[in-house]
Amino acid sequence: MESLEQIKIRLEAAIPGAQLEILSNDSPSAERSLLLDNAHAFAVAQFLRDDSLLRLDYCSNVTGVDWPDSEISLKVKVKKIVEGVEKEVEEVTKTVRPGFLEAVYHLYSMAMKNGPLILRLRTGNRVDRVQMPSLTPLWRSCEFQEREVYDLFGVVFDGHPDLRRILMWDEFKDYPMRKDYREPDDYEYEPTPHDEVLEKARRHQAAEVTP
Amino acid sequence: MIEEGLKNELAKQGVVVTTIQELYNWGRSNSVWPLSFGLACCAIEMMAASMAKWDIARFGSEVFRPSPRQADLMIVAGTVTKKMAPQVVRLYNQMPEPKYIIAMGACAISGGPFKQGYNVLKGIDRLLPVDIHIPGCPPRPEALLHALITLQKKIESQVLTGPNRPRHLDAAAPSEFPVPEFGEHDIVPAMNPQLWKPRLVVR
Repeated sequence: MESLEQIKIRLEAAIPGAQLEILSNDSPSAERSLLLDNAHAFAVAQFLRDDSLLRLDYCSNVTGVDWPDSEISLKVKVKKIVEGVEKEVEEVTKTVRPGFLEAVYHLYSMAMKNGPLILRLRTGNRVDRVQMPSLTPLWRSCEFQEREVYDLFGVVFDGHPDLRRILMWDEFKDYPMRKDYREPDDYEYEPTPHDEVLEKARRHQAAEVTP
Repeated sequence: MIEEGLKNELAKQGVVVTTIQELYNWGRSNSVWPLSFGLACCAIEMMAASMAKWDIARFGSEVFRPSPRQADLMIVAGTVTKKMAPQVVRLYNQMPEPKYIIAMGACAISGGPFKQGYNVLKGIDRLLPVDIHIPGCPPRPEALLHALITLQKKIESQVLTGPNRPRHLDAAAPSEFPVPEFGEHDIVPAMNPQLWKPRLVVR
């Protein structure tokens, strides 16, 4: 398979206006991925599927990631005059990155026997701008997995033929895989608690004693 | 009521003496028909127990009924998810008295390895009256047979009259239990406070 840079160059030539970004990965696998913008994601995905060199005809996996608001601190060395002497001082600048939800697609080619190519799509935020285009019309295997991402993370896939909850019941309101999800308090009886569970059991008992 | 010692003595002489209660309980305890339903991997062990090698037929329970109307025993074999819990309770409610429950495996007892999850009921005894608990993940077929024999002993020891008579002979005792509904965050109610009375562990 071509390198990600080559694919990106070809995509940008084929789909004018597409905002693509190659994301690095710090983990041992160092598997890089391609971040798509929501406006052109469907066209880009269609190109990847139909291109004669790539023919990524199989979407093996769709998963979700929840990125809450996070504080990024950058250390910058700045030269400053401290007590009349010029010194190098480390300054920490903190910026808050607003949270978003992410869907990750793993694409393979059965015809060309290669892959994976990893796509990422991001929502505007975690509250009201949670839409992103569905890729189910391109790969049928995305259907249930996008429903699962909708069920557990709350990403709304525009263009999905049947977007319903798949694991939890329809009346359920929460999104259990989000970082800020709090499960129902059913810690009445914990005979051997430890760590987090011990804390939860204590909290439950404190609430029971002083209702 | 005949004394146990006298009864044994007569039996040695070839005289069989019994009571209606013993006959009744003997019949009931040796034809406990389970409901054929499984929830997770424990059901595989339950099936193994019913096949030739362990042969649950030796204890009179080989007739797995596909309809709750014809079943006496519910073997809760596996993880009860909150989505499945109302259906399990509804099945139990549809069984005729006398009826019994074996909670098979760690999940049916307490939620097991999924206990801290948001989607798993932490033990079926929050919603239904369990007669026998079997630990294990999953319990071996021998353990299920042991549970069945324990249940048979329990049935045999039941006194048919008086304040401790079994539930099916007591018109005032409940035979059905409330089916929880799907709520916005959890099943409602998440447990039956008449049945589930956890021991307070002070920390």
